[in-house]
Amino acid sequence: MTEFLVTWLAGTPSYAMPLLLASLGLILSERAGVLNLSAEGIMAVGAMTAAVTTLLMGHPWLGLLAGAGAGIALSAVFGLAVVVFRVDQILAGLATVAIGIGITGVIGRPYVHQTVTGIDPVQLPVLSAIPVIGPVLFHQDPLFYLAVVLALMASWMLARTRFGLRWRAVGEDPAAADIAGVDVQVTQLLAVLASGALCGLAGGYLSVVSSQVWVEGMVAGRGWIAIGLVIFVRWSPVRAIFGALLFGGASALTPRLLATGANVPVYLMMMLPYLLTIAVLAIPAMFKLGRGPEPENLGTVYLRQDRR
Amino acid sequence: MIAVAVPDREGGVALALHRVSKSFDGRKVLDDARFAVRWGEVHALLGENGAGKSTIMNVATGVYIADTGVTEIDGVATRIASPIEASRHGIGMVHQHFRLVNRFTVAENILLAAGPEAGIRNLDQAARLVAAKGSEVGLGIDPAARVCDLSVAERQRVEILKVLILGARIVILDEPTAVLSDQEATSLLRFTRGLADTGHAVVLITHKLREVVGHSDRVTVMRGGRTVLADCPTTGLDEAELARQMIGERVAPLRHLEAHPGAPRLVVRDLTVARADGGKGVDGLSLELRGGEILGIAGVGGNGQQQLADCLIGLATASRGEIQLMGRPVVAASVAARRGGGLRMIPSDRFASGLIGDMSVAENLAMTHLAGRYSRWKGFLARGRMRRDARAAITTFNIAGATPERRARLLSGGNAQKLLLSREVDSELTVLVAHSPTRGLDVKACQFVHGAIQDSVAAGAACLLISDDLEEILSLSTRIAVMSRGRLVGEFPAREATAEKLGLLMMNHA
Ligand SMILES: Nc1ncnc2c1ncn2[C@@H]1O[C@H](COP(=O)(O)OP(=O)(O)OP(=O)(O)O)[C@@H](O)[C@H]1O
Ligand SMILES: [Mg+2]
Repeated sequence: MTEFLVTWLAGTPSYAMPLLLASLGLILSERAGVLNLSAEGIMAVGAMTAAVTTLLMGHPWLGLLAGAGAGIALSAVFGLAVVVFRVDQILAGLATVAIGIGITGVIGRPYVHQTVTGIDPVQLPVLSAIPVIGPVLFHQDPLFYLAVVLALMASWMLARTRFGLRWRAVGEDPAAADIAGVDVQVTQLLAVLASGALCGLAGGYLSVVSSQVWVEGMVAGRGWIAIGLVIFVRWSPVRAIFGALLFGGASALTPRLLATGANVPVYLMMMLPYLLTIAVLAIPAMFKLGRGPEPENLGTVYLRQDRR
Repeated sequence: MIAVAVPDREGGVALALHRVSKSFDGRKVLDDARFAVRWGEVHALLGENGAGKSTIMNVATGVYIADTGVTEIDGVATRIASPIEASRHGIGMVHQHFRLVNRFTVAENILLAAGPEAGIRNLDQAARLVAAKGSEVGLGIDPAARVCDLSVAERQRVEILKVLILGARIVILDEPTAVLSDQEATSLLRFTRGLADTGHAVVLITHKLREVVGHSDRVTVMRGGRTVLADCPTTGLDEAELARQMIGERVAPLRHLEAHPGAPRLVVRDLTVARADGGKGVDGLSLELRGGEILGIAGVGGNGQQQLADCLIGLATASRGEIQLMGRPVVAASVAARRGGGLRMIPSDRFASGLIGDMSVAENLAMTHLAGRYSRWKGFLARGRMRRDARAAITTFNIAGATPERRARLLSGGNAQKLLLSREVDSELTVLVAHSPTRGLDVKACQFVHGAIQDSVAAGAACLLISDDLEEILSLSTRIAVMSRGRLVGEFPAREATAEKLGLLMMNHA
């Protein structure tokens, strides 16, 4: 039983990381008022680019970097459409998903099912020797630590710095921010690019770190789950760590339970993370818990001369 | 940089705008307008709704870029392309609709607005500055309070403090008194005088003629995007003359309506309504309203007026008591059922609970009759009829700037109110609840609204007029009651009521 628990918990972070990275990106974008539904497509492009780059160049870290870069490139298209040309954010987001998934199919097909050099977990000396906690927390891949640090940094940036104050002001009330001298458009573009980098990285993690192979459709709805996760953690980067671990834990349970040969229908088990998504989204709404800092101006584009 | 008084420049022109034109979607809103304010004076800017007052000041502060025109500061032509540049040149504006981030604290809002040159680096410094500046000019406010928890008057203080902390010497206030009670307005006007005395140039946009005559040194009047009276000393002007300048014709004084009370139409007994924060908004209030009368409810804002209005129309639930509309109990009835009984409402905030800003004029007008007049086979809308009716309403109510297709938000305040009125004052009206129906309206629009209310009451309807504007209550009502702490504390027939008597009652029970 302990062994089951340890393998399950130790496997959790690798399921949680893509969710954490992506939802972190989405939080950054939404706190600046841009509703970014393109995560699924950007993750797909990130996953493909990272795998292909690693195959061609032989360096997984270069691959991850390329994944993040591809995420930035695709989200620049989305950002331009939304912030500069004022295309509806929902429409533009969905279109970007379609574009992203389309591109991966075209470019990535020759590289499908080829094994990629991955990134190995690092074993923190001393700490990883602690029973149970050791392998769970201190024998993980470096990106796990990076993502946690990024989340803490994002939280600190938003809450404690002047830059973060401006960032949040744009999401809350762009007219007020504008009058206060904040460049609304630049801030929102920046936010979109940051979310693109993180979503691209999340995709790269999937192909280079967790599965070490690229197949089409491997993002498998994680981008959408990340969007739900953002609401679940009420736009807080720190809570996103725990939220992602919770969702990751649920996903990690599926293969482990299947491996034990327990007599549970497979499809029910595979539905688990999605059911959890719906449940956690419904619960705060039902009990009116959701009074957290939802950015007040999420999803509308500001133009100075609009009457408001 | 903290504002410094500039006595040596007193009397010189601080800010001047020449030959300013500006169009929105091909419609000329400013047409060769001009404006000038001097150091050390309070300069009133007057004009009908939609005359372009806010627009010209938005040009001065870089929120809008004019199509043509010159801005001069201290006689030097200056290009101001953004609010932050305006602030660097010492111009600050308190907007008609406040520009504060509601979920931020006061200090956070100040820090947000302060550029590096203001020398504020962190929240503590911002908080200290708020406290220091606040006590210096007599506008105390808690720097740690969140804006959304503050009253309107307090938010206004934050805006003024913000402008002063940023070092503004030219201070523009866009209709600051429209949202204040009489007492609050008086103290604000005294404050603006103090600003002028310390060398600032103050621009005061207002619709209240008595504020122009009593509290400003000079006045500029705009009409239809043009400046019709520039830089005129207020000494020797009277309210009637100002009104004539403003609308280009004489304003007939309001006729007095004789009450012909008929059968009771709205009876409220022992009504208690909770406030959002848990306190009692309305506390055991009873009243009876008959056809053919206007019952004016006076009182300082925040004494339960909002909860009373909300509860009558059905937006708030009563925790105790009963309401009868035309003899039928409606305390548990839906909004639709009450409207079916002829209850109509003019809310104090037109766009929060009256009109839908992003829908068209025609859709807004049809909104309340979707089930009857405007529905066709299987729930399709009778769009042709909607458009025809909207066109008719625009003509009869003379709604300037409206077409059936135009979005309601693009109308100026007065015209939006006319739009609402044309919908609410219909043939089925039995009881009209009007809550501050002329807030922010110009003299002419006010007169129109008052006239429409009187006409419907003369035709037999009953009206409950809730307002914190004593003048409005006194001139319109046939019977007057004072509301304090959620209940009525005194009642007079209109001819026995005076401002003093009402004021005394309001004070004693506060
Ligand atoms: N951003 C905008 N887009 C379109 N039309 C606008 C815009 N801003 C103002 N207008 C129009 O310009 C005209 C003048 O508006 P403005 O707000 O300056 O009037 P005002 O004199 O301040 O009136 P009020 O007393 O109601 O505040 C109005 O007809 C309004 O509909
Ligand atoms: Mg205005």
